[in-house]
Amino acid sequence: MSKSYRLAYEETFACVQCGYCLPKCPTYETTGVETQSPRGRINLVKLLAEEKISIDSAASSIELCLGCRACETACPTNVQYGTILQSAKELITKEMPSSKMELLLLEKGLPNKKWQKAAGRGLEIAQKTGMVSLARKAGIMRVFPESIQAMESIAPMIKMPKKKERKYRVLPPIGKKTYTVGFFVGCIMDMMFSKINDDSMKLLQLAGYEVTLIEEQTCCGALLHHSGKKRETIALAKKNIAVFEKYDFDFIINSIGGCGAMLVEYPELFDEHSEWHSRAEKFALRCKDISVLLAESSLPFTKEIRKVVAYQPSCHLRHVQKVIDEPHQLIKKIPGIDYRTFEKQDMCCGSAGIYNVVHYNEAMEVLDQKMTHIEKVEPDIIVTSNPGCHLQMKLGVEREGKTEKIKVVHIVELLAEACEIY
Amino acid sequence: MHAEIEKEIRQVINNKRRVLTNEADLASYSYDASFGVFPPDVVVQPTSTNEVVGIVKVANKHKTPIYPRGKGTSLSGGPLPVHGGIVLDFSKWTDTLIIEPDDLVAIVSPGVITADINKMANKFGLMYPPDPSSSHVSTIGGNLSENAGGPRGLKYGVTKDYVLGLEVVTADGEVIQTGGRTVKNVTGYDLTKLIVGSEGTLGIITKAILQLIPKPQSTGTLMVLFDDLFIAGKAISSILTGGILPSKLEIMDQASVVAVEQFDPLGLPTDIEALLLIELDGHPAAIEAEAKRVKEICLEIGAIKVKTAETKEEEAELWKARKLVSPAIVRKKPTKISEDATVPRSRIPEMFQRLKEIRDKYNIDLVVFGHAGDGNLHPNIIADKRNIEEMKRVEKAVEEIFKAALEMGGTLSGEHGIGMMKTPFMEMELGTTGLYMMKRIKEAWDPHNLLNPGKMFPDPGQRFALTNE
Ligand SMILES: Cc1cc2nc3c(=O)[nH]c(=O)nc-3n(C[C@H](O)[C@H](O)[C@H](O)COP(=O)(O)OP(=O)(O)OC[C@H]3O[C@@H](n4cnc5c(N)ncnc54)[C@H](O)[C@@H]3O)c2cc1C
Ligand code: SF4
Ligand code: SF4
Repeated sequence: MSKSYRLAYEETFACVQCGYCLPKCPTYETTGVETQSPRGRINLVKLLAEEKISIDSAASSIELCLGCRACETACPTNVQYGTILQSAKELITKEMPSSKMELLLLEKGLPNKKWQKAAGRGLEIAQKTGMVSLARKAGIMRVFPESIQAMESIAPMIKMPKKKERKYRVLPPIGKKTYTVGFFVGCIMDMMFSKINDDSMKLLQLAGYEVTLIEEQTCCGALLHHSGKKRETIALAKKNIAVFEKYDFDFIINSIGGCGAMLVEYPELFDEHSEWHSRAEKFALRCKDISVLLAESSLPFTKEIRKVVAYQPSCHLRHVQKVIDEPHQLIKKIPGIDYRTFEKQDMCCGSAGIYNVVHYNEAMEVLDQKMTHIEKVEPDIIVTSNPGCHLQMKLGVEREGKTEKIKVVHIVELLAEACEIY
Repeated sequence: MHAEIEKEIRQVINNKRRVLTNEADLASYSYDASFGVFPPDVVVQPTSTNEVVGIVKVANKHKTPIYPRGKGTSLSGGPLPVHGGIVLDFSKWTDTLIIEPDDLVAIVSPGVITADINKMANKFGLMYPPDPSSSHVSTIGGNLSENAGGPRGLKYGVTKDYVLGLEVVTADGEVIQTGGRTVKNVTGYDLTKLIVGSEGTLGIITKAILQLIPKPQSTGTLMVLFDDLFIAGKAISSILTGGILPSKLEIMDQASVVAVEQFDPLGLPTDIEALLLIELDGHPAAIEAEAKRVKEICLEIGAIKVKTAETKEEEAELWKARKLVSPAIVRKKPTKISEDATVPRSRIPEMFQRLKEIRDKYNIDLVVFGHAGDGNLHPNIIADKRNIEEMKRVEKAVEEIFKAALEMGGTLSGEHGIGMMKTPFMEMELGTTGLYMMKRIKEAWDPHNLLNPGKMFPDPGQRFALTNE
């Protein structure tokens, strides 16, 4: 084993093997095997560090981890599972080159705006002109792996923000100004759900915040990070920290559970006493999920929504950012809504970055479990707080053949509707 | 393992996903919540009595040991495959969880999570009282085999008090039924109670019939602070002799309180020597009257403060302190040796004194909390298992804790079982003949020592050890 990579060995000793995390782990739930549990994975990382097991043996358990970090929330001894997992991923990435598809998607795609736009426009045009449905009917999509086909079938009609619509600018607060906020758009989010970003900013305005959108921001780096690519992640983190430092925002707000989690964990990318670490800490402290700010303010709800609503929390919002109550509170405030909780609500839906593309079958097992629990409360609307979960829930609804009956929306869309922002 | 055994096992269970042999899987079933690490040769996840019978027959043919396992939350090394062989993991066998309200019984598969039984019973206005702190993780099979207890043990007893009947696969692969579904049953030897607490050494439990009771209407909670540990100990007996039987009566010593406050400041005073947490259950009017009486008794005997929870939220807040003890104490050092030496209730104050002396003598980090109402204390030693010198001191301290408990008429284990950790002390408690009689039972039921060998009975000359040195 390469000694240059430091596994988080010391951290594994905090695990007292009590098993309290087992019932919260989606992969343990679907496989019923200790090896696919947090306790099992921590043990494997420890054995790896002690060179008692080969990387090959441990790799599949680490790769099948969703990284949802529900185990951390459940753990009574505060095990730093994220750090342990990350160290193992970095080792595995170095020792075992990942699949081509993953590499292409990650290294070339995400951080590159041009590519994103090209891909986005391409898809947009394809969808608009009916090429996609034509291709689908002709069975052309079948040449792609099943996972890509499934994703394609639920990808929303992509609408790129047009330059003239999305001027990088300052949006003034409506009513009395409370705070100034910088808005973080994210890359996949802004490619697939730019309308949600626009609605987010309008909601913030409505709640009395001055919102600024700066062009220099870039991808948060979460997906690269989860694939064990630390160097590339650090480069993106530095860029974001530096560009937001130029402004004096009270908060930096986003509507993306996964990116938000990455942003608040930027400090962990740097050595503790380094200059970048303290800059990252200052940055991270200001990063908040939109629901935190909106829950504190009073939004003027003008429209009643008489629907049964279920909320699927994004793991990275809940277990990493620890934003637990705010989304519930917000949904419940909307007039007319019948809000219902369901069993194992806080369990991952199986989306987990690109997990559902790379580990399609495993992800679908997790998703199908989730759907059986959600469907028991018979919702009209499933609310999410992260684009990945959003697409996954749409796929889940489609797999159950309920596309006509159950709508999937981002919490921002629901709030925007209740405030009649269009 | 030799290929023949694996082949035969795969014939019994022809589902690849339930027979595990790769390196990572074997490593994952080599531990529990205690110390030892022993990889098995194969892990099998049966989901029916027939499969268990089949596996036991294979094991018999090849004289390979079998270790039943629930969720591996044992604190005494119960499910560890110390001599290699087959781990029989029951955690996937959860298909039966039936409540029959008219008989007040639950019928369950061995892998069912204990808390799920109570949850289901609650739907019928009933309750399954045994509530080990691990009840949301551990299986009923594991609970039965360890005869698990919990905070409610004071008023409601432990697992064995709620078992009416079992289905058991014997060491030769035969299926027997013990007990039944009636509350009264005196036909022959009580094999049910013999199997309960036998830690998987006499037979393999494949089904259980459990007794349920009506669910109490409500609960009330008090927290009582003491600046003298001795007086706190005395208060326990005074409450009970004062005519009140709380559903829970838990104690935390100063070190536990300090640890919790450092971990998550709840506003508990840290200059006290102990606090008691008391839960009463029953009719709301009775709870109110009893709470008043408990308060009087405690103040009379010298408590410095009594706080009664007014709302459900306050109640949860008070219990939070107790829940946080475990996580709080391991923040100092990573290794927690959790003992459960138990003494008669009148000796609790004395036991506290002895524990203090042991702490000073061996210079160890020791905190005490636990189910004070039934004398079941959890002295916890916080150490670092990488520090061999410290672990040697811990070994000596643990030995002395057991001695102290036994001298006071107590026992080695109130609820965690003997497993492999406490085997060297068995004779100290039971005497030579006492242990021999137990061993004869084991030999009669399992003549080839195939079921969970290396547990409960010490090998000749075996010593207590927390390190491999
Ligand atoms: C944080 C924590 C808190 C705890 N709190 C308590 C507590 O309050 N009270 C308490 O009593 N214990 C407690 N325990 C200990 C532990 O949870 C119990 O001993 C529990 O009963 C073990 O159940 P399990 O399913 O994990 O079984 P395992 O640990 O897997 O096995 C336990 C024993 O049962 C045997 N076994 C398992 N299934 C079967 C079967 N079907 N047939 C025959 N033998 C079988 C095994 O061979 C082994 O000897 C705690 C443990 C932890 C980690
Ligand atoms: S991060 Fe999620 S999937 Fe991975 S071990 Fe923890 S709970 Fe399981
Ligand atoms: S809950 Fe925490 S300490 Fe317990 S097994 Fe899981 S990771 Fe380890």
